[in-house]
Amino acid sequence: MFAAAMAGVLVTMLLALIAAVRGPTVYDRILAVNMFGTKTVLLIAVSGFLAGRPEFLDLALVYALVNFIGTVAVLKFARFGNLGSDARRSSR
Amino acid sequence: MPDLLPIEALLFGFLLATAVVIARLRDLFAAAMLTGMFSLLSAGLFTLMDAVDVAFTEAAVGAGISTVLMLGTLALTSRQENQQPTRLMPFVIVLLVGAALVWGTLDMPAYGSPGTGPIPAAGNAVIHHRVAPDYIRGTQQDFGLPNIVTAVLGSYRGYDTLGETAVIFTAAVGVLLMLSGPATRRREPAPGENPQADATVQPELDQ
Repeated sequence: MFAAAMAGVLVTMLLALIAAVRGPTVYDRILAVNMFGTKTVLLIAVSGFLAGRPEFLDLALVYALVNFIGTVAVLKFARFGNLGSDARRSSR
Repeated sequence: MPDLLPIEALLFGFLLATAVVIARLRDLFAAAMLTGMFSLLSAGLFTLMDAVDVAFTEAAVGAGISTVLMLGTLALTSRQENQQPTRLMPFVIVLLVGAALVWGTLDMPAYGSPGTGPIPAAGNAVIHHRVAPDYIRGTQQDFGLPNIVTAVLGSYRGYDTLGETAVIFTAAVGVLLMLSGPATRRREPAPGENPQADATVQPELDQ
């Protein structure tokens, strides 16, 4: 059961990797990386249950948070072209 | 407990493929995205190899902070890498350094194998004869944690870890300040500079 879930996660990881390499637009890549982060969360969660040690679930939760912050930063860069100044100045 | 080796091998394959793609990409934004994925892959591998603390650091620093810093750098440079002739020398140097690193790991106890020191699982390293026995005995009694490394990092060397975190945070803040610096400095003309050049940006200060 968990092995099948793990196989599914690994296949989708490969697909996300291909999507990130092929692009072609910036947003395809951002989406692929965001999805890859989600897959890593799932990988850690499933591997915890697969190895009989589901306490790694906490780690997966932290990964979800890191992934979210990273995606926000990437989207800010894609929208405004920088990270240092605020939106009002950059959108001018 | 089932063997996780096939999963680890597959993840290593993904890691290798990602590294090759990053090296060949000319679009630097895509390369920055793929380095984030590279970090996530290594973090997953570290977790599978029971190095949870390393995985934690890799995810936070590698996938989180590094990607952000890389993008901040991209904001100041161009999005495309200049076409450069393929040079053999850097490749040879990288191969040699990599081989030296692999050679260096041969002295360590093999992954998952018992060592020959007084503590079977610890190998021959000197440090394991002194502090490690205390840590190993104390972890279960004092903290009740299943992972000794986590207990050492979070409790026995808690202040050390706090200091490391502060250093990394300070470095990140410093780099962010440096990256956002030129935009604000441009608004005040330098002593020898023509003040007219800043006329277009000057009114913005009053808003």
